[in-house]
Amino acid sequence: MTTRTDRYVTRRISDKVASVLSAAAVVAALLPLVALLSYVAIRGFRALTPALFTELPAPATGGGGIANAVVGTVELVALASLMGIPVGVLAGLFLAEYRDSVLARAVRFCADVLAGIPSILVGVVVYATVVVGMKRFSGLAGAVSLAILMLPLVTRTTDELARTVPESLREAAIALGAPRWRIALQVILRTAAPGIRGGVMLAVARVCGETAPLLFTAFDNDFWTTSPLEPTSTMQVRIFFYTLSPRDDRHGQAWAAALVLVALVMILHAVSRRLSRDPRSSS
Amino acid sequence: MNTTRSTPPPPPAPEATTKMRAEGLTAWFGEKRALKDITLPLVEHRVTAVIGPSGCGKSTFVRCLNRMHEVVPGARTKGDVLLDGRSIYARDVDPVRIRRRVGMVFQRPNPFPTMSIRDNVLAGLRLSGMEPDEPAVVVEETLRQAALWDEVKDALDRPGGALSGGQQQRLCIARCLALEPEVLLMDEPCSSLDPIATAKIEELIHELRDRYTIVIVTHSMQQAARVSDFTAFFYLGELVEYDHADVLFTKPSDPRTEDYITGRFG
Repeated sequence: MTTRTDRYVTRRISDKVASVLSAAAVVAALLPLVALLSYVAIRGFRALTPALFTELPAPATGGGGIANAVVGTVELVALASLMGIPVGVLAGLFLAEYRDSVLARAVRFCADVLAGIPSILVGVVVYATVVVGMKRFSGLAGAVSLAILMLPLVTRTTDELARTVPESLREAAIALGAPRWRIALQVILRTAAPGIRGGVMLAVARVCGETAPLLFTAFDNDFWTTSPLEPTSTMQVRIFFYTLSPRDDRHGQAWAAALVLVALVMILHAVSRRLSRDPRSSS
Repeated sequence: MNTTRSTPPPPPAPEATTKMRAEGLTAWFGEKRALKDITLPLVEHRVTAVIGPSGCGKSTFVRCLNRMHEVVPGARTKGDVLLDGRSIYARDVDPVRIRRRVGMVFQRPNPFPTMSIRDNVLAGLRLSGMEPDEPAVVVEETLRQAALWDEVKDALDRPGGALSGGQQQRLCIARCLALEPEVLLMDEPCSSLDPIATAKIEELIHELRDRYTIVIVTHSMQQAARVSDFTAFFYLGELVEYDHADVLFTKPSDPRTEDYITGRFG
């Protein structure tokens, strides 16, 4: 027969064991992340030079930078956001507004499927349509594939957050004689805006590192591009090609580019957290 | 003994005009019938109180008066509601226009949390695509009408949600009044407020009755007796009795009304 003290001791032991196990799980989960970040940081810093951001790729003599690729990544992500965010937000509002209609269910299902599709497939489809159609690689084609990858994320985030807006606010707006589209834009979107902004930034951060779909859409370019209708260099694709290169200086530059890319993604995540903080609740 | 179905009451005040009138109004939520064959006049520039125990259909009734009932999925109505003698359920009537003429204040204050006090007052106009020429004038006049101006005139940029419950409810009333409705529906406007805030809303109702036709749903018989000119007693989705408030509360003709107002049930 167990006494009260016995049970107390067992309970204390199982508590200790559970704490140790969960602490170990945290370490196991964090270890790869810390290892990856520190490895990228160490290797990247060694090759990080001002020239990296100011000079074009140099020919076989070595040196030079990837200034055009840094600009290219930013340009492509900006273009993709311009296309993906408005469409995604409006689609998400539609889903939330007509949540149980057949069309909304179908669109929601498609968005979920699209979110799970390997990004290289999106690249192939854009290659077959835009690139083949224009008969050339282009920054625009790259941006289109990134926008397609952003779309389901933005749509579903908006959908989920718009549905958290209290029904009482919708009723208030309906009772004020507001038409449905104005309720969606001026009440629902506005109320859910902080969360949606954060979710949108996460979607932007997510496509920042996409490489596969750019390989056969934006491709690469050793020179400055003046138009999104030309092949455009990006850091991601540079990393890919430089890693394959036999030259040591290019390997270094690939590490440096990786560091810049990781920094960009981390900044976007930080911005996302800031944006999703509700200005009304932080006083 | 008593009548088996609610009988259309005689017009209680022949000299007064009827602003709205429900005629044989029946309402359902899916298969569940919430209202049964209601015929009831709403006299212009008078306060009509709707009382009855929980679930008697009083909220459903007022929500049929501005076509808010049909917003709930599966909800439908039969019968008709007349506004100035014209059906609001006719096929060519846009419910959006009806809702601008028949304003509504809800049980829980629901100002728009992302908008300032000023923007809340103007929200109804802006949501209808109307930008007032002189917004400052509209805001002041409307807040004065809602007896809120003196309390918030120095804080118009503060969020509407930062006000107290009673102030929020008066802000919601102001938001309605800014649209210059003809009828004001109030669905238990004081049920989440303390007695002082409640007294202020009741005072406000007294002031507003000259300009609006008011319908107030209330749980409190004392409140109905204090604010209303006419009172309707609903029970199990039926209109049991409708009369001048003083008559209904002192000499009810239906035993069920008497049981309710004497506190025997509900």
